[in-house]
Amino acid sequence: MRETLDMMDFVYAAYAICLIGTLALAGWSFASMRAAERRREESRRK
Amino acid sequence: MHGYANPARFLKIARWFTMPLLVGGLLVTAAALVWGWTTAPPDRLMGDSVKILFVHLPAAWLGMGGWTAIAIASLVELVWRHPLAAISARAVAVPGAVFAFLCLASGSIWGRPTWGTWWVWDGRLTSMLVLLFLYLGYMALTNALAREGSSSRIAAIFGLVGAINVPIINRSVVWWNSLHQPPSITMGNSAIDPIYLYPLLASVLGFSLLFGGVVFARMRAILADAQAEARLRRKAQKAELAQATAGEA
Repeated sequence: MRETLDMMDFVYAAYAICLIGTLALAGWSFASMRAAERRREESRRK
Repeated sequence: MHGYANPARFLKIARWFTMPLLVGGLLVTAAALVWGWTTAPPDRLMGDSVKILFVHLPAAWLGMGGWTAIAIASLVELVWRHPLAAISARAVAVPGAVFAFLCLASGSIWGRPTWGTWWVWDGRLTSMLVLLFLYLGYMALTNALAREGSSSRIAAIFGLVGAINVPIINRSVVWWNSLHQPPSITMGNSAIDPIYLYPLLASVLGFSLLFGGVVFARMRAILADAQAEARLRRKAQKAELAQATAGEA
């Protein structure tokens, strides 16, 4: 018996992982940068 | 080069570049993926799965490019003692590790319909996995050194020694038998049809801009944390000194 695979399922999975991973990385980097800069401003005021 | 060694001057430049790189990277990547998705026809051998190329290859290049950047920054740190070199190497490690992981994950997904397997322990896949472990080790080491306030020279040596894996990844498909295809793009040459090549190059550009934006954001975060910590430590020392002086009086 030959296994038949729908190629598009694999394409969707690869794109989902790469796009979610990249967006999460960009979002986390930006949020952690803003948080660190806020901490620096607070340390200036304390 | 030492003109940019001043963190204040660097921060002024980084503030200008971070958002344009992040937003521009997102837009160019989205446009490139739509371009590739809508115009690239199914490949004769790989069928529709060829579309994975537009995310897999940028991830692979950035995974390897990230460590190359760490090695260059490490060399700059060891030779010229550039104060931002260690910070830039630390900042590259996280996006480098993420892209190395995305390369392995998308490659594994691509392997199942084209090779009939998720994973093989051949030269290319194994050396890429080693790169991911090198990133994880490097991040653990730099975090530990930063926490203890130790010199980052050990991490710089690690960054330089680990760079030996980059040419191994690149040449692995030439040196050893592999299910992975040989290099399709070499210096000034490409075996890829222009209908795939142009959206692919646009995708590489988009992901690279995003990578640059993430590195700037990480550098700003590391610098801000270091400045806040130094300021709080100075204030605590001043308060202790004032308390001690008041006690004596």
